[in-house]
Amino acid sequence: MIDSNIVLTGQTIAYTFYVLAIMALMGWFAYKVTRDGSGKVVKSSIFYSFVGFLVAIGVSFHIVTHETIPWKSMDLNRAEIKADKEFHIIMENHEFRLPSHKLMIRVNEIVRFNVDSKDLTYGFGLFRSDNTMVFQMQVVPGHINDILWQFDQPAVYSIRSTEYSGPKGINMILRDAVEVVD
Amino acid sequence: MSLIQTFTNGEQGLFKPNSLTPMQKLTLRFVVIGLIYYSIVVVEGMLMRLFEVNQGLALGVSQEQFFAIMTAHPLVGIFGSTYSIVFGAFLFLVPFLMKKPLWSIKLGNWTLWLIAIGTFIFWFAGFVSHYSPLYTLYWPLPADFSQFSVLGGTFFIIGIAVVMVGTAFFVINIFKTIAYTPNGWEKQPSGALIKSALGLTGLTNLFSKNKKEHLVSVPVAAIARGSVDTALSAAVILFTGFLILIYMVAELFGISLKHSSIDALLYKNWFWWGFDLIADGLVLIFVAGTWYLLATLISGKKLFMENIARAALLVALVVSWTVWSHHLMSDQAQPGILKIVSGEMVTAFELITQGLAFFITLVTLWSARPLKMTNPLKFLLGGLLGFALAVPAGIMQADLGLNRILHNTQWIVGPHAHVAILIGLTMTLYSAIYFLFPILTNGAKLYSEKLASFHFWAHLLGGIGMGAFMGMAGLRGMLRRTIYFNGEFNVYMILAALSGSLLLLAFLAFFYNIVMSVGLKGVIGIFLPSKLKTTDLLPSE
Repeated sequence: MIDSNIVLTGQTIAYTFYVLAIMALMGWFAYKVTRDGSGKVVKSSIFYSFVGFLVAIGVSFHIVTHETIPWKSMDLNRAEIKADKEFHIIMENHEFRLPSHKLMIRVNEIVRFNVDSKDLTYGFGLFRSDNTMVFQMQVVPGHINDILWQFDQPAVYSIRSTEYSGPKGINMILRDAVEVVD
Repeated sequence: MSLIQTFTNGEQGLFKPNSLTPMQKLTLRFVVIGLIYYSIVVVEGMLMRLFEVNQGLALGVSQEQFFAIMTAHPLVGIFGSTYSIVFGAFLFLVPFLMKKPLWSIKLGNWTLWLIAIGTFIFWFAGFVSHYSPLYTLYWPLPADFSQFSVLGGTFFIIGIAVVMVGTAFFVINIFKTIAYTPNGWEKQPSGALIKSALGLTGLTNLFSKNKKEHLVSVPVAAIARGSVDTALSAAVILFTGFLILIYMVAELFGISLKHSSIDALLYKNWFWWGFDLIADGLVLIFVAGTWYLLATLISGKKLFMENIARAALLVALVVSWTVWSHHLMSDQAQPGILKIVSGEMVTAFELITQGLAFFITLVTLWSARPLKMTNPLKFLLGGLLGFALAVPAGIMQADLGLNRILHNTQWIVGPHAHVAILIGLTMTLYSAIYFLFPILTNGAKLYSEKLASFHFWAHLLGGIGMGAFMGMAGLRGMLRRTIYFNGEFNVYMILAALSGSLLLLAFLAFFYNIVMSVGLKGVIGIFLPSKLKTTDLLPSE
């Protein structure tokens, strides 16, 4: 499965390009609007073309991500997907309770993390050693909170609560609690 | 004039508070209160930025205080500052555009003081008790009395409720002003005016051969439709507060109610439906209406594609009722169909509605070339840029794939929320303030154009810079609602703090400029009762 860092790199490039373009456009507009006009009015066809462009972007964006970000379709269909391994994790009193000291996973296994909160709304996220995020989900009490993930290379990850659960929640980190091996 | 004389009497002594009508005073009071709360928000924001860099830099702020600030900061910003300025402006502009007096100046004053006092109550309750469930209030955190003071929480919720009552008064005043018949006037078509304001006239025109004319202008239509969301969000927030208060009052009487009596996910849907009517409803609609108004006033031209703009405002209203699920993309128990339809598809409509408003505003300005680059125009262009940056950032995070790796990171609060609020919304408000300043002050002169220019550039660069550096940290995994103890993201946080300090300097320059323009006596005079017994907006002479 494509690494989340690759997806974020793509997003960074696309958004940076857009930001530079729109800033340049506004700069150009600010300059030109103070200069003499040619007397021409903007045609309505330009307006409707712009509307069409926005519709095309709005519709195609989510289709493109559906086809290119692998965990998106996996997440939507996760009820029908059989996991190779499943971990049941409890969150209570601002602590994680794991089924074992370390969660061991083999490369390319499809893993289901099933997280249950006994009190507050928490978050459940996996992070690399450089603090970048692999994924996260919300953990809502009284509901099933599960996520499927496939790890394509050996690595060690930390678990961290990604949702604020009061000041006591800031230490909800389990360093190197997940290990993916060949 | 010497500096002291200018500070006392204002630039060239031109501002005469005694010449102000009650309506001018009401509007200026809203603006002053809004700016005072904005100053608190900026200072709190800077404290949080410093805290993110190094806890020791933040003037002794403790961890508990940090989260209390994080809780109060957006609420003071939204209610104390933005609501004050926006409500003040609209209570003036609706009668101005409808060419009749405000329905009730007294009710307008009630709105002002309820928002001012309510904001102070919840801010002070948080400051003293460190009540910090954040503005999201995810159940059952607001009723977690093992972490928070019951009494502090009770006052916090009461403060919010007081603000909501003031908000309801504003909505009543707006609709009454649109519909009522002033004394001595020919009977006004109340129903038709309300229908036009809400967009029902335009809607029925689509299916009717006899097209009816629009009785209210586009900006009034925008204010009315945004006010619908304002009322709905106030109702949801009031009900949520009431629910939380039940737990608090019971606890004060020694009875601990079971948290599981309330379904956390249902509550989250309910709360986000109502709260999102602010972010994705009234703010976008009010801003679009303000852009249209400013564009026509600055250019002196008719609004480009006026009927489309009017229709888009109705679409924006309907969209705002159906987008809440983009806040629950990472909630695995949330039905997938809601995530796709409400979270992704309907949210993408905001790209279209806001994109149209952006385009229509620019073309309207373009049609009046050459325009002088005045303060209102440059801030308006800043506001347009802000939403052009922030809306696509929001559309990106409202994608099921990207939300998995962006939710609750600094990306959400940086390039999306802060750029939308600080650059998009606030610069639009500054544009309106600079435009209305001579009208509301009966011709007072701005103290310094250079300071206004500095205000523009420092605010623009500071806001975009802060959003950008927060976003970069978010893309590298930095969460938005926690504390990092080992300087993991310090490079970005230092740069964000430096950008934040530019925002602070920008505000100080603006505040100094305004105080020097109207003088200390003028500021005090705004809060003294008007000597003119009139309901007119402006003095007759």
